[in-house]
Amino acid sequence: MNVIQQLEKEQQKDKVPALRAGDTVRVHAKVVEGTRERIQVFEGTVIRVTGGGLRQNFTVRRVTHGVGVERTFMIHSPRIDKIDVLRHGDVRQGRLYYLRGKVGKEARIRERRRLVREDEPQEEAAGAAEETSQPTE
Amino acid sequence: MKGLLAKKLGMTQLFNPDGTTTAVTVLEAGPCHVLGLRTAEKDGYAAARIAFDVVAERKLSKGELGEFKKAKLEPHRHVVEIRGYDGLEAGQELKAEIFAAGEIVDVTSHSKGKGFQGLIKRHKFSRGPESHGSMNVRQPGAIGSTDSARVFKGLKMSGQMGNVRTTARAYKVVRVDAERNLLLLKGGVPGARGALVLVRQSTKPVKVKGPAGKPTGRKV
Repeated sequence: MNVIQQLEKEQQKDKVPALRAGDTVRVHAKVVEGTRERIQVFEGTVIRVTGGGLRQNFTVRRVTHGVGVERTFMIHSPRIDKIDVLRHGDVRQGRLYYLRGKVGKEARIRERRRLVREDEPQEEAAGAAEETSQPTE
Repeated sequence: MKGLLAKKLGMTQLFNPDGTTTAVTVLEAGPCHVLGLRTAEKDGYAAARIAFDVVAERKLSKGELGEFKKAKLEPHRHVVEIRGYDGLEAGQELKAEIFAAGEIVDVTSHSKGKGFQGLIKRHKFSRGPESHGSMNVRQPGAIGSTDSARVFKGLKMSGQMGNVRTTARAYKVVRVDAERNLLLLKGGVPGARGALVLVRQSTKPVKVKGPAGKPTGRKV
């Protein structure tokens, strides 16, 4: 492992969920309000996962009071306390931009019926994919 | 002015405590050795000769080798002189610790070669119209007047771009890793990965803050 990979590994969190588009997640993000810090929870559907390794990020979409809100998080950011995966969705696309034009029943995502392996093997699979996707680093 | 030779390893990003990221260039800083000193009395100027990257004896000529033998050092591939670097003795080792996080440095290196390039890429000219019969899409336009009857030297034209020695100034040292002997500088440094890089204390003056708390200078 070269020095750059080492530096990136040091900053990565030990355990992160293997996210996919269509998953429903609850993100616990730290926010600073005035002087004190508190944890803000943002729950919604993952509409895209981009990047790999240290640079992996994902966008969560939710509709509140009839307004669509999308937030992008860096998965290894120190401002993220915890990510709970509530549901795995069954989707065919990697980027769910089509959800932006849909409301209510149309914006539903079926739950994945296929066997979802537990976090451990997914973790390794994600890690291996990340390494192969950035050989130039 | 302190400085050393380093090798560019590549770039990565660091997370800041507030969740933002900083792009950094990772340099392997030495270890360099002080090969000798130039003094004002003997040589007419004061400088330190810095050697970097140990090589086999057969790689150097006898003349080069003699200097290392005299200094009782192993042969090194690269030697540079740094003017006005005080407080050194011959044989001393220089590592990343000579810099501290937060310092400002200048970086000298050979930029990546881009080959023979046109005016638009090389000198940021604008192109002409592409349609309505225009034949002047990526052309230089006029290169002088009839009056002067010649083309002035130094006129911006097509030619080799990149692969020149260049100095980029005022990089902030983000982190010094003494254990692995690394320097992490904010932003991109000229040159390809593996390039030889001369890192020196910055000569760029830090501007003082303007009146009424208006910061006009660089953020240090």
